[in-house]
Amino acid sequence: MRPARIAADFKIVVRSYLRNPVALFFSLIFPIILIALFGLIFSAAGSTVVPITVLNLDHNSEASVQFLADLNDTTYIRLSFVNWNASDFAANLGANDDSVGLVIPQGFNSSYFARDQVNVTLYTDPEDGAASGAAQSAVGSVATAFNLHASNGTAIVGVAQQNVGSQVYSYIDYLIPGLIGFSILTSPMFSMVDVASSYRKEGIFRELSLTPLTRAEWLTSHILWYMSLTFVTAGIMIGAGVVLFGAHVNVTVGLIPFLVAGPLLFVSLGMLAGSVAKTPESAALIGNIITFPMMFLSGTFFQVSMFPPALQSFAHILPLYYVIDGMNQVMLFSNTARALTDVLVVFVTAIIVFLLAIRFFQWRDE
Amino acid sequence: MADAIEVEHLVKRYGDLAAVAGIDFKVRTGTVFSFLGPNGAGKTTTTEILEGLRRRTEGTTRVLGLDPWDDATALHRRIGVIPQDFRFFDKITPREAIRYYGALFHTNPDPDELLERVKLADKAGARFDTLSGGQKQKMGLALALTNDPEVCFLDEPTTGLDPTARRAIWDVIRTLKSEGRTVFLTTHYLEEAELLADQVAIIHHGRIIATGTPNEIISAHGRPERLRFQASPALAEYLRPKLALPVTVADGRVEVELHDKADALRVLSAVDASGIPWQNFSTTQDTLEDVFVRLVGQMDDGALKSETPA
Ligand SMILES: Nc1ncnc2c1ncn2[C@@H]1O[C@H](COP(=O)(O)OP(=O)(O)O)[C@@H](O)[C@H]1O
Ligand SMILES: [Mg+2]
Repeated sequence: MRPARIAADFKIVVRSYLRNPVALFFSLIFPIILIALFGLIFSAAGSTVVPITVLNLDHNSEASVQFLADLNDTTYIRLSFVNWNASDFAANLGANDDSVGLVIPQGFNSSYFARDQVNVTLYTDPEDGAASGAAQSAVGSVATAFNLHASNGTAIVGVAQQNVGSQVYSYIDYLIPGLIGFSILTSPMFSMVDVASSYRKEGIFRELSLTPLTRAEWLTSHILWYMSLTFVTAGIMIGAGVVLFGAHVNVTVGLIPFLVAGPLLFVSLGMLAGSVAKTPESAALIGNIITFPMMFLSGTFFQVSMFPPALQSFAHILPLYYVIDGMNQVMLFSNTARALTDVLVVFVTAIIVFLLAIRFFQWRDE
Repeated sequence: MADAIEVEHLVKRYGDLAAVAGIDFKVRTGTVFSFLGPNGAGKTTTTEILEGLRRRTEGTTRVLGLDPWDDATALHRRIGVIPQDFRFFDKITPREAIRYYGALFHTNPDPDELLERVKLADKAGARFDTLSGGQKQKMGLALALTNDPEVCFLDEPTTGLDPTARRAIWDVIRTLKSEGRTVFLTTHYLEEAELLADQVAIIHHGRIIATGTPNEIISAHGRPERLRFQASPALAEYLRPKLALPVTVADGRVEVELHDKADALRVLSAVDASGIPWQNFSTTQDTLEDVFVRLVGQMDDGALKSETPA
């Protein structure tokens, strides 16, 4: 391996890429479209915003308005107001398929300022556990703050928001590592399979075999290029997620091993698939057979933990799963130990596939 | 080294087909050797075996003393190759391509000077996919020269090119020879072989059917020099008994084959004595093309006969 030859080939790869408008679109614009599209589709489904139907019987009183405003400020609650009869409230809730309702009783304001005990009533549907849990904790914490305030107390123990355990993440947070993984997989796989078979057919590999460039050097320059591209794409996706959807992800150096090992793995795998095939058509077929299951089942668009157990076990044999899981550990859960295991799996697989690709990929005909 | 290329009993089989069926030849260092044959004769197969791009089935081959397949890496630093139908990265320009090859070979050529040599300087900055067929071929030629090769292989470099582009490539081949390089040139244009080659081998169906300098091949396989008159067939009738030489009539012309130069005088005085009117006499000799057409034709006839059941 001679760095000067790798650098010379890298220049050719970069130029070819930058002069190809379709390739540029796919690496720069497509990631934004992906984030925007999936972000819109799934945030509309709104799995984390809990709607609460509110009946305020203490019309526009100071305390009740303040209470509801505080509740609204907990960003995962959306209030909608109704004017039903108190006696019909529960029945109407059911009829409207709303699972959470809140009633502020008449005299809430006067009781609050008189420091008399007063109850708000929270209606929840036990079958919708997630929504009722979120509603209970929101209403509970607003009530606690009110109690403290009324007794002139100050909050001594605060809760610092930390992303651990059962913390609820919004879909966009999962989507960012998932879609970065998606592009780490698809961009090198599709183009390397095509390059492997078309360069052979057009005689470009034979042309290169007449120079001192080695196959390992050639593959290395392509890997370096896709690594660079991955850093750019990941940056674009994170930026788009934060700007468009207010995503919360940690961007740390812990991401770098995945942005390096991922392209190493999939450039090599694309080359291997393209090399074992005899014709461009069969190369494309083999490439698709490898790519498509990984594209959907590795946690790209849907979290693997939501899959049925059999599908989860299948996901665990897909190398992309470890790339995406690792990035989730880094960007969402700050779980370094598990991220290290993931990166190890990816690196070992990548080295094996790289060596296989070098072995099967021939410049010359026998 | 006297011989840059040595080939002994080279055979290449693709399944049942013997694309090269046992050929022998040598190419002297510093000469232009032309491999002449119709499509499918086995030219590319032979060329690629010599370039170390295909493995031979049998026989021995040496290029610059090296085994092309086993010593490919060492060989490739010393040879230049333009494949038949040269292709390169679509979006890369000739100037960038030469810098690229220069970096790979560690030779540092001056792109503009090299492109000047192959008469492609005006397209130095044009992307490969915008070049014409002839320009692509010239770029291939320039790339083949980036490592200052001792032996150049050109596989049908002028096929499909217009006459100007073809002449430009011929000029470069002549320059290569004048610089002391050995040139292995395949072509199916006889004119090209006749103009450029020191040695020619005619290959057909994987076998060499004639070798030598163009003149040697013509005198070995061509008909003798002929004296030709425009005259009526009566002249032929008159001459036949008078001269012990073959006389033929074709297209209103009478032709007399000459066995040596002195025969020309005998023929002329016999014609003069005949009193039969004639015009325009000239001598005519077979070209490589006539020989080629006859040899290839004979071989195909022979092949047909041997394939017909008795
Ligand atoms: N890779 C191959 N596999 C099978 N047959 C081949 C292959 N390459 C060439 N041939 C056959 O070998 C013969 C010689 O081909 P080639 O060397 O390309 O001839 P030329 O260059 O003189 O036109 C042809 O009949 C061709 O079809
Ligand atoms: Mg050919």
